[in-house]
Amino acid sequence: MKGRWFRVLVLAAASLPMAARTAPPPDPETDRQTLVRFFEARFPGIPKDDYVLGAFMVNPDARRHYEDIMSFPPFEVDLDRGRKLWESPMRDGRTYAECLPNGGERLAGSYPRFDETEQSLVTFEMLLNRCRAASGESPYRYDDRDTMGVLTAYARTLSDGMRMDIRIDSPGARVRYEAGRALFYRRMGQMNFSCANCHIDNAGRVMRMETISPALGQATHFPVFRGGDALYTLHARYTRCMEQVRAQPFPMGSGAFNDLEYFHSYLSNGLPLKASVYRR
Amino acid sequence: MLRWFRLLLLSGCVCIALPAWAADAARGREIAHSQEKGNCLACHRMPRDAGAETAANMGPVLENLTARYPDRAALRARVWDGSRFNADTIMPPYGRHRILTEEEIDHVVEYLRGL
Ligand code: HEC
Ligand code: HEC
Repeated sequence: MKGRWFRVLVLAAASLPMAARTAPPPDPETDRQTLVRFFEARFPGIPKDDYVLGAFMVNPDARRHYEDIMSFPPFEVDLDRGRKLWESPMRDGRTYAECLPNGGERLAGSYPRFDETEQSLVTFEMLLNRCRAASGESPYRYDDRDTMGVLTAYARTLSDGMRMDIRIDSPGARVRYEAGRALFYRRMGQMNFSCANCHIDNAGRVMRMETISPALGQATHFPVFRGGDALYTLHARYTRCMEQVRAQPFPMGSGAFNDLEYFHSYLSNGLPLKASVYRR
Repeated sequence: MLRWFRLLLLSGCVCIALPAWAADAARGREIAHSQEKGNCLACHRMPRDAGAETAANMGPVLENLTARYPDRAALRARVWDGSRFNADTIMPPYGRHRILTEEEIDHVVEYLRGL
């Protein structure tokens, strides 16, 4: 009797990896193209580059309002604070521009990037902290709006217009991408939602008063200034969405969020980066 | 004797199964509309209730529910755990995940029946 149950259990356990083996995850580019086609069918006639506008892309009135605000952004002061940090020499006298490849310009769109030597992901924020470490400075916290927040709000504008170019070109990189993908599709929290439930399945629909943006294009324009002045980094937005479904958010700057950002940014490959924008 | 005993036992079970509260549509409305509780307006419009302010279209419009669900228990089951009817549903499983208590769900169902 015992032996029989044991066998059933072993069989059940063995059948899991088998199922996974027969249905391998699609390769990233096929996966992305499928999603692009899905959204093209849902939003016919919307130009590809408009996806960086998020929810504004499907609502002409909201879009006009966005463009009005962007012509005289109320968050200019924060960008100025970021520029001051950017231009101030660090402990060893170097600036970020001197530390970074290409002076930090046209760079942010290829991050997160997988570091083969370290076998780990490096986000654009981590890259800035690497400069700080190399100059003998202590790192900025990833959840600190007044330092890392405003610094990246400015630094990313130096990559405005750059086409997103996230690379997954090694087995190690692929593992991080798959981890991020799994997180994006996993249901979580008391409300039992995945990111995909909202930003794929329900993109373009209205949740109470708020149109939900498509996953495509979401990672191109952070940080955003919600209401015109509240700085939200991409990880702060992830946190907000997880709180909405009553899930325990991962810490900003954590490995889990970096994985998610890697997958999520890859989806936007080819779209123009546009940093520091207004959001509702 | 045995028969009486069985009857007694049976009636006892019935008593236990009956809720100790009377379903109250007004309380159900409060729970359904509150963002902290049901938050139903995040997804559903309820055009028969003029005070239900939302532009939501993630779920179907909620109206005529008593006609469509003559069996109250069937309506309640949808709120308790929608994934039993559609495994891919996005509607939160209010009973199964204990987002609402059994009593709260009864109030909400009473409110729904008036829509
Ligand atoms: C219950 C629905 C829901 C879930 C689940 C959800 N979000 Fe959101 N998300 C929203 C809404 C509503 C907004 C605000 C409107 C908008 O811009 O899409 C939003 C906004 C965002 C934005 C900002 C878009 C922009 O252009 O400003 C990002 C990025 C985002 N979500 C990512 C995620 C990720 C990643 C997950 C999973 C961890 C997730 N969301 C889960 C509803 C959800
Ligand atoms: C996040 C979205 C969401 C929320 C929140 C939500 N629902 Fe739903 N609801 C749905 C969807 C989607 C359906 C369609 C059924 C399906 O998915 O199979 C549905 C279906 C229903 C149905 C069946 C309707 C029909 O026409 O047969 C009822 C009743 C219902 N919901 C009641 C509620 C109540 C009451 C609440 C709040 C306590 C609620 N819903 C909250 C998304 C939601």
